[in-house]
Amino acid sequence: MSAASTVAGRSAAMTVWPQLEQLLPQVSKPIQYVGGELGAVVKDWESAVVRWALMYPDAYEVGLPNQGVQILYEVLNELPDVLAERTYAVWPDLERLMRAEGVPQFTVEAHRPVGAFDLFGISFATELGYTNLLTAIDLAGIPLLSADRTDAHPVIVAGGHAAFNPEPIADFVDAAVLGDGEEAVLEITEIVRAWKEEGSPGGRDELLLRLARTESVYVPRFYDVDYLPDGRIQRVVPNRPDVPFRVHKRTTMDLDAWPYPKKPIVPLAETVHERYAVEIFRGCTRGCRFCQAGMITRPVRERSITTVGQMVKDGLEYSGFHEVGLLSLSSADHSEIGDMCSGLAQQYEGTNVSLSLPSTRVDAFNIELAQELSRNGRRTGLTFAPEGGSERIRKVINKMVSEEDLIRTVVTAYTNGWRQVKLYFMCGLPTEEDEDVLQIARLAHEVIKAGRAATGSKDIRCTVSIGGFVPKPHTPFQWARMERPEVIDNRLKLLKQAINADRSLGRAIGYRYHDGEPSLIEGLLSRGDRRIGAVIRRVWEQGGRFDGWSEHFSYQRWVDAAAEVLPGFGVDLDWYTVREREQAEVLPWDHLDSGLDKDWLWQDWQDSLTEFEQDDCRWTPCFDCGVCPSMDTEIQIGPTGKKLLPLTPVNTGLRMPAGTGH
Amino acid sequence: MRRAGVPVAFSQGFTPHPKISYASAAPTGVASEAEYLEIGLQQPVEPAALRAALDAVLSPGLDVLDAVVAGSGSLADRIDASRWRVELPGVEPDVARAAVSAFLAASEVLVERMTKQGRRVFDSRAAVTTFDVIERTEAPSGVAGVPCAILEVVVRQVTPSVRPDDVLSGLRVVADLEPPVPPRATRLAQGTLTAQGEIVDPLEADRDGTAIGERQPEVRPAVR
Repeated sequence: MSAASTVAGRSAAMTVWPQLEQLLPQVSKPIQYVGGELGAVVKDWESAVVRWALMYPDAYEVGLPNQGVQILYEVLNELPDVLAERTYAVWPDLERLMRAEGVPQFTVEAHRPVGAFDLFGISFATELGYTNLLTAIDLAGIPLLSADRTDAHPVIVAGGHAAFNPEPIADFVDAAVLGDGEEAVLEITEIVRAWKEEGSPGGRDELLLRLARTESVYVPRFYDVDYLPDGRIQRVVPNRPDVPFRVHKRTTMDLDAWPYPKKPIVPLAETVHERYAVEIFRGCTRGCRFCQAGMITRPVRERSITTVGQMVKDGLEYSGFHEVGLLSLSSADHSEIGDMCSGLAQQYEGTNVSLSLPSTRVDAFNIELAQELSRNGRRTGLTFAPEGGSERIRKVINKMVSEEDLIRTVVTAYTNGWRQVKLYFMCGLPTEEDEDVLQIARLAHEVIKAGRAATGSKDIRCTVSIGGFVPKPHTPFQWARMERPEVIDNRLKLLKQAINADRSLGRAIGYRYHDGEPSLIEGLLSRGDRRIGAVIRRVWEQGGRFDGWSEHFSYQRWVDAAAEVLPGFGVDLDWYTVREREQAEVLPWDHLDSGLDKDWLWQDWQDSLTEFEQDDCRWTPCFDCGVCPSMDTEIQIGPTGKKLLPLTPVNTGLRMPAGTGH
Repeated sequence: MRRAGVPVAFSQGFTPHPKISYASAAPTGVASEAEYLEIGLQQPVEPAALRAALDAVLSPGLDVLDAVVAGSGSLADRIDASRWRVELPGVEPDVARAAVSAFLAASEVLVERMTKQGRRVFDSRAAVTTFDVIERTEAPSGVAGVPCAILEVVVRQVTPSVRPDDVLSGLRVVADLEPPVPPRATRLAQGTLTAQGEIVDPLEADRDGTAIGERQPEVRPAVR
C-alpha cells in the first residue's frame, strides 16, 4: 500500500493520530505506537463490511511476534471486504496521557479507535493479561461489563489457550473461542457479515445467539452458574432453549492448507523475538501432565517437510529476517525432523541465516539436530527440560527421562563443542517434597562432574532455571492443590544452598528462579470461576496492570482484592489455590469441551499419584484420551518421504522494485 | 538490507554484524529530512540501483534520496552542524523573537537534561551559530487557528550534544518561554559548516567521485 493511499485511508475513517502524535514525545519507546511495519495492512474503512481489531494484551514488544495474532491478521486481511488491525497494551505512561487528553485505545496501523470496530478479538496466552484486557476495554470507551454494552459497541471475543476457561473474564467478554483460530475467525466473520447485510436484526443479542448456535463459540451470558452452599459449583446450564449445553473446541486439520504466516509482520521497534517462525506441527501427545498446551491441542497434526521448506524460503525473502524458528510443542518429534534440519541447514549454509529448534527432548538425537542447525559454527547454548528433579517426580508428571539419559545427553553436548547447557525444571508440582527439588542440585553437580571428565576442561557451565508449577484446566492436574508461596520460596532457597554446597561445582552452575507468589495468582486465575471476575476488576481499579511483568506485579494487591471480594461468596484465595478438588466436583470449565474425556483425565491423575507412566499414542496404541472420536479428528503424521532440494543461490544481487527496468 | 538484496559486508568474529554506521542520528521524537549512513559492501553496486532497492523495501515515511560511492575520510568527519526547524504552536512569533534575542545576547545558557549517566548541566548557547524566527510561508502541519512561531537554528555537534529540546530549555531559562503544547522539531540539513554559516551536503565531495570500494548511501528519512 502506497504512502498516499495510507493517508487517504486515514482521513476517510476517523483517526486519533493527530492527538496521539502530541503525546508520543512524552512517553517511553514511542516507536511501538506508530505502526508502519512491513506486513501491516491499512485498508479503506468504508470499503470493509466486517472490521476486526485484534489484540495481544501485553506490550508491543511481547505481543507483536505472537504467531496466533499474526496468522489471524493475515487470514482476515486476505478477504477483500474484511479489515483487521492490531492493538496492544499501552504502557502506564501513555495510559495516563490518553486518559488526560481523551485519546481512546487505538490500532497501530491507522490509529483508529478500537471502539469503532465490529469485533474486538483478544488472544490470551496467559491469564496474567486479564487486567490489561480491562484497561483496553475501558480506554476504548466500551463498558467494562458485557451486560452494559449496546449495538454501538464491538463484540469482544477471547481466544488463545486461556480461553479454555474464560469464566474469570465471563463478565467482561461477549464470547470466547476454544481451539484453533484460523477457521473460527472466518466463520464468525461470515456470521457478522450476514447479520449486518440483513440490517442487524435483533441487535446484539441476536448476533450473539447466532454465534452461540455454531456450538464452537461460547457466549457466557447464555449460561447460568448455580452454586452449592459450600461454594462449589452445582451446575452450569443454558438459560435459553436454543444454545448448546456444551461448547466444543475448533481443530484445524491439514496444516499444509493453512501455510501462515506468509507475510510476517516485521517491526520497526525492538521485540522479544525477531525471527521467521513456522509451526512444524500442532498438538502433542507426549502426555506431560502439567502441560495444558499438550492436552488441549490434540491430536498431533504435522506440516509436511516440503511446506515447511517453502514457507521458510518465502518468509525469509519477504521479511529479511535472518533467524528461523521451527516451532512446536516438541519439535524433535516431527516424523521428518532429521531431513528437515539437514535440508534447511544445507540450503542456508554460508548465508548468516540461523536456524533454531526450541528443544525439550532430552536425548542424543536432539544433539544431532542441533549440530546440523549450527553448521555455521555458532554453538551458543542448548536447553533441555527434564522438568522434575527426582526420578519419582518425573514419573508423577509423566516426563519420561531417566537420570542416565539426561547426563549422557548433556555430556554429549559438551563433547560436541557446546560450553553452556540450560536445564529447565518446575517447582511446586503435585506430591512434591523438599527432597524432590534438592535432587536438582545433585543432578546439576553430576552433569558438571561428568562434563568435566569427558571434556577435560573446566570451561563448561550449566544453568538451572526453575519455573513455578501452575495447575491448568483440561489437564490431569486440574484437581491438584497448589503449594503455598512460602513453601516454594523455602524450597528454592534450600536448592540454592545445595547447589553451592560444593564450591567448585557450584561455580559452574547458574541458578535462575521465579518467586512462588505470581504462580499462585496465575493459578487463581487459571482455575477460577465467574466470581473471580470481581477480584480482577478490583485489582484493576487499584492500578493492577501488566501482571506478567515482575516490576508491575503486586502480590499484595491480589491478596487484598481477594480478601475484599471473595468472602461475600463464602470462599477465599486458599479455596481456589491450595485446595484439592474431588472427582465429583463440577469444575468451572466442564461445559467447555476440549475433547478430553473427564474420566480419562481423572484416571491419568490417579495414575500420576501412583507414579504410573503413560506412553505416546503416536508410537503406541490409542489410550482413549477421548479427543479423536469426540472431535472427529485423527493423528496426521508423516513421513512423506520427500526431501528438501538445494535452493538456487540466495544472493543474486539487488532486488529492484517492479517497473524500474533493472 | 536483506529484503533489498544488498550484499552488505559483515564484521568478523563470533557474532558477525553488518557493517552499517549512522552519523549523528536524530534523537527519538523529532523528525528529520537529513540522515546519513555508511554501508560496507562485499562487492561494488551501482549507487542509483542501491538507492532504488533500499527505498522500495523501507516503510512509508522512510525515503532513501541519494547514494554515492564513499571517498576518503569518514562521514562523521564531514558532519559538524545541523539546521533544525522547530514549530511552536500557540506561541506568538513576537514572543519567540524576544526570547531568541535574549538567548543570543547571553554568553552562556546553562540547561539540564537527564542522560543515561544521570542529570547533566551544560551550556546550550555556545553550540548555536545562527538562530532566527522565520517568516511563516505556509501553515504548519496540524495547526489551525492558533499562532505558531517557527524557529530555525543551526547547532554545532559538540559533546555533550546540544539537541533542539536543549535549545528550547535555553529559551525557558533566559525568557521563561513555555510552549503550551509539545513543539515539533525537524532536522532540515546536516553537514560541514562553512565560515559563512552555511551547511554543506556531506556527500557533495563524493558526487562524481571515482573512489573504489565502500559505497555510501545517503538516507534521508522523515521520521514521525
